[in-house]
Amino acid sequence: MSFQPVKFYQTGTFTVGNRLLEPDQRSVQANMERTNSLNSGHRACQGCGEALGARYAIDAAMHATNKQLIAANATGCLEVFSTPYPETSWQIPWIHSLFGNAAAVATGIAAAMKVKRKKGLVGDVRVVAQGGDGGTTDIGFGCLSGMFERNDDVLYICYDNGGYMNTGVQRSSATPPAARTATTMPVGPEPGNPFGQGKFVPAIAMAHEIPYVATATVADLRDLEHKVKKAMTFRGARYIHILVPCPLGWGAASRDTMKLSRLAKETGLFPVFEAQYGEITNSTKIRRLLPVEEYLRPQKRYAHLFGKTPAVETIARLQALADKNIRRYALLDKEAN
Amino acid sequence: MLKQIEGSHAVAEAVALCRPEVICAYPISPQTHIVEGVGEMVKSGELEDCEFINVESEFAAMSVAIGSSAAGARTYTATASQGLLFMVEAVYNASGLGLPIVMTVANRAIGAPINIWNDHSDSISQRDSGWIQLFAETNQEALDLHIQAFKLAEELSHPVMVCMDGFILTHAYERVDMPTQAQVDAFLPPYEPRQVLDPAEPVSIGAMVGPEAFAEVRYLEHEKQMRALELIPAIAKEFKAGFGRDSGGLVRGYCMEDAETVIVAMGSLLGTIKDTVDAMRAAGAKIGVLGIVSFRPFPLDAVRAALMGAKRVVVVEKTFAVGIGGILATDIRTAMDGIKILDYTVVAGLGGRPITKKSLHELFEKALRDDLPALTFLDLDWDIVNKQLERERKKRRSGPAAENILRDVGSHVAQHS
Repeated sequence: MSFQPVKFYQTGTFTVGNRLLEPDQRSVQANMERTNSLNSGHRACQGCGEALGARYAIDAAMHATNKQLIAANATGCLEVFSTPYPETSWQIPWIHSLFGNAAAVATGIAAAMKVKRKKGLVGDVRVVAQGGDGGTTDIGFGCLSGMFERNDDVLYICYDNGGYMNTGVQRSSATPPAARTATTMPVGPEPGNPFGQGKFVPAIAMAHEIPYVATATVADLRDLEHKVKKAMTFRGARYIHILVPCPLGWGAASRDTMKLSRLAKETGLFPVFEAQYGEITNSTKIRRLLPVEEYLRPQKRYAHLFGKTPAVETIARLQALADKNIRRYALLDKEAN
Repeated sequence: MLKQIEGSHAVAEAVALCRPEVICAYPISPQTHIVEGVGEMVKSGELEDCEFINVESEFAAMSVAIGSSAAGARTYTATASQGLLFMVEAVYNASGLGLPIVMTVANRAIGAPINIWNDHSDSISQRDSGWIQLFAETNQEALDLHIQAFKLAEELSHPVMVCMDGFILTHAYERVDMPTQAQVDAFLPPYEPRQVLDPAEPVSIGAMVGPEAFAEVRYLEHEKQMRALELIPAIAKEFKAGFGRDSGGLVRGYCMEDAETVIVAMGSLLGTIKDTVDAMRAAGAKIGVLGIVSFRPFPLDAVRAALMGAKRVVVVEKTFAVGIGGILATDIRTAMDGIKILDYTVVAGLGGRPITKKSLHELFEKALRDDLPALTFLDLDWDIVNKQLERERKKRRSGPAAENILRDVGSHVAQHS
């Protein structure tokens, strides 16, 4: 496996600027032995949240499993940009089968590993499945629910960028209300994606009462690494849903990926929490509560809300969704705010 | 060991003897007894070192099979009819990836109208999926073909579908000779994958392939099937040496030596045809039978060689390509390219319509007199068809066709459908 020495530098953030920490407290990415599971050279866009999330998540899973890891991948951006053969960015055993079956393929791998381990042919090899929101919340949902329900020993990671970005930014069931996509254009009496539709799969995962469910953003990569490592301490079905901005699909600047991720969390539009066996065990508090407008304004997919006459009512409806998240997931630390 | 058991249980026991490591299935009639059988063996511990997974759909069944096979496990599943169609995307994926999965298809019609009875529409719809397709004539052959299928699949690194007639075989209690574990172990070595997901040697499987290499990858699938044309008879020969009976192979002739008229068919229907031919032979007719065991790869040379001396060929098939007619017949015609033989296509037994000796006898007598149209629908009730056509001519809102026909056929049929 390739080995890339890591340069340490101070960034002032939680990402890699932790050279002053004790080695065992440092992030996986700052570890000299990080595996670069999704290696450099892939074809993701500049500022791709999914590439960033996948690199951190899979490296953390590799770290947690002592490199005994196999990945199943749904069709989508991650699959396409990582394997433009004859090149592949994957430094781990990796399979792509179809758009809608990553969870089931992972179940098959886990079953094979269980038998092989019983026969003494392999060690404790763990399995991750990964896909975008389309491959997870829409077309792959049946297989995902089946894998959850059987409590198969698979960690499923969804990289949610709120749409079918690989095919040209069409609406998925994870597209937020009011957002413009190629199939929810900002035209007509209710521009963008309608309100009252869509689904939040982390809550559905919790309803399966699986051992571990977590959400994360690429703004807090230490938190993401922690959740992946924690997920690997459980046996059975686990689900991590990561919000990953898509500069192309969101109409956002590549440099704003981290900022938008943070704003999604700080406005309450994307709740960051953990749950075990169907019950919430922890939610990451909002540090400084911001109005949703701060998150919406830098994204062209919401540009129709900020025209000559701002869509005050629509923005208020989005604010109400954020407020509901804040209540439901207890995102405010009452003493701090 | 001789046993009097149901076809499905014979297959379940044979599959267990092959020491599968992962079995996944979703229930659909008439496949259910097979997976119930293997499922019980796994749960009781009789079948050791095997995972049985109750999946949520056939699409998941084939997808789990893809995962476990790619991870190096000997993998089995079974389905039928709508189930096979529901998993189609994954069926093509398994062959495209070159994964040696063995799947039983308990042949059943495809709806609408919904129908649980036997014909070959399901398997044949996957004719071009890249899978090898072997058709069993009897329960003994169904059992034997599964043992051969694992060997064939793993030798080629390619999936194999064993097709057996739903109900007619799956639910029939017949005497079968069940091999011993030692016999099967001697015949079928442990699976050694060509490609495997292994942390010690990481590979990427399933990358996108563009115009620069797609045709070559697809051609190699064809090449595997061409190799199967040699492997299938070789494996059947080895099987005979180890188990002492003829089973499998590409084609099987019956009374072919001097046959001027050859009936071609697949599956359990061959039994009824052979009985009919026996009676006609006794009356002096020079008639024979050619059974197709391997439908994919299609044994063009073997079929051509078998038909070389014939004057006419009657293809009786439990499939129907709407808009043209025969499917097996089209392949048979390709095999006879350049030879002057009269050929007739007979569509029979759709949706479980019984194919009787009486009907076959009349049909073959007509064929001997060359008194058959190019395409015949055996025992089709033209009165019923014409009545519905008349109804549609008379009235714009003529209503759902199947329900009209059921009313016409009478309450008796309606009650039993």
